[in-house]
Amino acid sequence: MDFPDGLLYTKEHEWVKVENGKAKIGITDYAQHELGDIVFVELPEVGSEVVAMEPFGVVESVKTVSDLFSPVSGEVVGVNSELEATPEIVNTSPYDKGWMVEVAMSDKNELKELFSADEYTKYVEEESQ
Amino acid sequence: MSYELTDGTQGLIFNEPLLFEQGSDGRGGCALPDCDVPEKDVINLIPEDMLREEISGFPSLSEVDVVRHFTRLSQWNYSVDLGFYPLGSCTMKYNPKINEDVARLSGFSNVHPYQPEELSQGALQMMFELGEYLSEIGGMDRVSLQPAAGAHGELAGMMIIKAYHESKGENRHKVIIPDSAHGTNPASSTLCGYKVIELKSNGRGLLDPEAVEKAMDKDVAAFMITNPNTLGLFEENILEITEIVHRKGGLVYCDGANLNAIMGIARPGDMGVDVLHFNLHKTFSTPHGGGGPGAGPVGIKRELIPFMPVPVVEKNNIGQYKLNYKFPHSIGRVKAFYGNFGILVRAYTYIRTMGSEGLKKASETAVLNANYIMSQLKDYYHLPYDRQCMHESVFSDKFQNKNGITTLDIAKALIDYGFHPPTIYFPLIVKGAIMIEPTETESKDTMDRFIAAMKDIADRAEKDPDSLKKSPIKTKVTRLNETKAAREPNLRWINDYLMGVF
Repeated sequence: MDFPDGLLYTKEHEWVKVENGKAKIGITDYAQHELGDIVFVELPEVGSEVVAMEPFGVVESVKTVSDLFSPVSGEVVGVNSELEATPEIVNTSPYDKGWMVEVAMSDKNELKELFSADEYTKYVEEESQ
Repeated sequence: MSYELTDGTQGLIFNEPLLFEQGSDGRGGCALPDCDVPEKDVINLIPEDMLREEISGFPSLSEVDVVRHFTRLSQWNYSVDLGFYPLGSCTMKYNPKINEDVARLSGFSNVHPYQPEELSQGALQMMFELGEYLSEIGGMDRVSLQPAAGAHGELAGMMIIKAYHESKGENRHKVIIPDSAHGTNPASSTLCGYKVIELKSNGRGLLDPEAVEKAMDKDVAAFMITNPNTLGLFEENILEITEIVHRKGGLVYCDGANLNAIMGIARPGDMGVDVLHFNLHKTFSTPHGGGGPGAGPVGIKRELIPFMPVPVVEKNNIGQYKLNYKFPHSIGRVKAFYGNFGILVRAYTYIRTMGSEGLKKASETAVLNANYIMSQLKDYYHLPYDRQCMHESVFSDKFQNKNGITTLDIAKALIDYGFHPPTIYFPLIVKGAIMIEPTETESKDTMDRFIAAMKDIADRAEKDPDSLKKSPIKTKVTRLNETKAAREPNLRWINDYLMGVF
């Protein structure tokens, strides 16, 4: 399982990469592995608002449908439109090509609530016991 | 037992092309009289841009072509009339054929919804009595038979709760739902305009009253519980929980989908439940699956009666049955006419033929059967909550994972043994869940064959996991690529001829 350093993680298995005050968000390697083959991703529109730890979209795999939880609050400034036609890139490249949304954060303090790579690794180990 | 030797997995199965690939020009299903007006080309009658191009490949078929086509397709189906159907959470019990007999009585099958009340007394009496029986079974004060499905009953129930709070001038906007509840509960609440708060169950798969206490506030309209819950476990603290909810001004909704575990033994109404729906297509042996129709009557406590859907069937003091529309605070109609009437007749028949002792025995046997399967399989499959269960038990694929075998593989393999797979990957709180509900209608012999099949699959997962990856191999169509089917759905017949192949 790959949980890159430098990213922040949520209990709901999303990751955040902070760049120039913007938060790029996707789901972790563990999440894509647990979901299995992803067949559909529903994302918000650019310009909409997301709230920390509330659902912003839906990811559907062959075996289940899950809400996507936003790690931070703010305005959606970008969505990965590639996922519409090729949702499988979430499986093959969860941290890079499979990113989901980009958010202009309204409260950077929310980042303090998130896990580091080490903390998240520990959390996943406990959860999969 | 070897899966090669299992009976019932092979037979005379026809290949069947699509209707569009059958027939020939000039063939038809009915003889029309000669045309007595001058014939005109369709292009002269309907503007060209209004004509559907793709329908020009429409097949010409005779009656026998059509009958054979659909009869052959029906032979590919699996149903409770063919075999064991242990689909957890769905209560796929056998539907006695006497239900069908009674539903076909002309007084029921030919009754017209606009027939005057005085000429529909039998039908109204049946509905009135069914409502009374369900009220008694659930411990409720009144039942509306209108909702057409379980989730529809949930929506009607939540609308009643909303109308009740609004009548008191309260604007409560949240509904608390445990993570062990049925999946439709959050959808019904959301559709009703509520914000859903999820409550986690504890390590024993149950709800902690302290957690309920903490989540309850003056904004909470209702607590929506499924009891027994989707882990097949009875919520032991239900009395304390409903007391907490009521103390803070909320109402308790119980999803009655799992009523088959407690019917005739315990009543949700006595546990402090204010609204309860019944799944007639689960607990009361009406047809389930294949698109229904279902029926999800909703039961309510006295203080909610003013808000129930209209019309309400009532009996007057001289024994006549009437439809009462005079409920000024009613949420209105939730279904055309009076609900899925033919289904109500079947449930009524079930209750009358079983009697109170029979219904109680059905629940006792359902619970015994589930515990039998659980006890026989728990050394072979991981049992996350290892305690006595109610009418269903939930296993996982944890033991088999080390050999790369997943719940999906186990489910697919069962098909080769002649069994419908159990519910898989639900409830979500169990990773790789396998949810088995045998119901009371299965014999020990059937369950033993199922248990032997499950043990054989566990054994093959150890010794020859690759063989499971290919399952099913004995079906007409073998393992499908479900991922490809979901990613690239191909839902329409395409006429190659019209698409330019010609």
